[in-house]
Amino acid sequence: MIETGEILQTLRMIQEENFDIRTITLGINLLDCSDRDADACAARVYEKICRVGEKLVPTGEAIEREFGIPIVNKRISVTPVSLICQADPRPIARALDKAAAETGVNFLGGYSALMHKGATAADERLLASIPEVLAETKLICSSVNVASTRSGINMNAVKEMGEIIKKTAELTADADGLGCAKLVVFANAVEDNPFMAGAFCGTGEPECAINVGVSGPGVVKVALEQVKGQPFDIVAETVKRTAFKITRVGQLVAREASQRMNIPFGIVDLSLAPTPARGDSVAHILTEMGLEMAGAPGTTAALALLNDAVKKGGVMASNHVGGLSGAFIPVSEDIGMIEAAAAGALSLEKLEAMTCVCSVGLDMIAIPGDTSAATISGIIADEAAIGVINNKTTAVRVIPAVGKKAGDRVEFGGLLGFAPVMPVNSFGNEAFIARGGRIPAPLHSMRN
Amino acid sequence: MTKALISVSGLDATGIIARVATKLSELQINILDITQTILGGYFTMMMVVDLDGAHMSFEEIDNELQPVRDELKMSIHMQRMDIFDAMHRI
Repeated sequence: MIETGEILQTLRMIQEENFDIRTITLGINLLDCSDRDADACAARVYEKICRVGEKLVPTGEAIEREFGIPIVNKRISVTPVSLICQADPRPIARALDKAAAETGVNFLGGYSALMHKGATAADERLLASIPEVLAETKLICSSVNVASTRSGINMNAVKEMGEIIKKTAELTADADGLGCAKLVVFANAVEDNPFMAGAFCGTGEPECAINVGVSGPGVVKVALEQVKGQPFDIVAETVKRTAFKITRVGQLVAREASQRMNIPFGIVDLSLAPTPARGDSVAHILTEMGLEMAGAPGTTAALALLNDAVKKGGVMASNHVGGLSGAFIPVSEDIGMIEAAAAGALSLEKLEAMTCVCSVGLDMIAIPGDTSAATISGIIADEAAIGVINNKTTAVRVIPAVGKKAGDRVEFGGLLGFAPVMPVNSFGNEAFIARGGRIPAPLHSMRN
Repeated sequence: MTKALISVSGLDATGIIARVATKLSELQINILDITQTILGGYFTMMMVVDLDGAHMSFEEIDNELQPVRDELKMSIHMQRMDIFDAMHRI
């Protein structure tokens, strides 16, 4: 029998420490919807998503009620659209947006292209349409994979993405560049990621699958409050134990959703995903370890410990682990990161260092509106290099704040939060980015 | 067996346990365990129950508890025990 103290601990985690299931994401394969006629393809896409995804939101809500655990988002990820669009992708985008609204999900990811080695004609069409699509649709998220450890960095794609991010920001300038919050550039993108904006259903995935992302930075912070001043061995052990408990609930929810919808369970993403709410911050876990603010010397080491311990604790709690798994460090979605950036404790360069050891990359960072496309491409190339060399996923989701300069503030609302515009190194790199071509895949022996 | 935790909390008064237990009995829900305490006039009770006897959906049972909530003016929250088992037992 479970003891009263254990019950109270679980209830406290949920009610006071912001423990929740961040997302149930239903991956849906759309390869069978392809058609030379864009409208016919769009019609098939709409029909399939509505049919397969019909039960997702009601099932998620029933699980929330019965288990007493909030499930913040219900989302859908689909096959990268560039793989199914043989003509103009925009009718498919409209169909995706309509299907997302019909099924009641918060976001739908997969308006994506995988071009780490090179671009197909469909990839090019999709890329060209991204700014317009993100400005005109509400629920669609887009991602582009520009590099991989096996194939190197596609610098043509890197160059193009700098321009596309700029254009997307301009088309959504009245919403502080919100379109860019729905666009992520990846190196080593994963096929089963349940988190937006980078979720898509990879070609190695089954017909459909349930992927779950957990969250609970507040729970980890409160656990660490109990071991103040203790050595790092104890810190790591405490994080592991907490991550285990959090992930077990993720596994339970994933299994339950899978059974009720009769859709196979894919993975649990072992994540610490913050929100702008107080008590739900990854940065505050780092400060609990003894740093005055995120960004202070020692931050990278603290994050490395955290990220590793979350994985070690979580991996035994679930029978399939995947996605991005680790601690997320978005700036605008984490009150501790926002404070650190506003106070000048956290720079873009320090964030880049942190991405070497965390789960993804430069995330939800507002940069001055006059930042050039080449500079953005340079940021993407640097981040891709970290991912490619270190055999990990990295990503860039930056938001050029049109008409704003460093120190101003942008506001996205809801889970996307708000952020101070961070200064960017303004020395030129046009000639570097203009070269194009491919940076070759790295050697993976003789590692130093 | 579908086990659930029913937690009842609010200002203490006479007959809270009786009222909740009577309702559960009417619904054929067996009580497996009870802990109850009063702190500063504040009543807190946790019951572990078996829902299988009720032959109703979770939502229907929860709706049946609504009149008791209204009458006692207490928070009555029901959730499946699986979440506690998952978190605290390997």
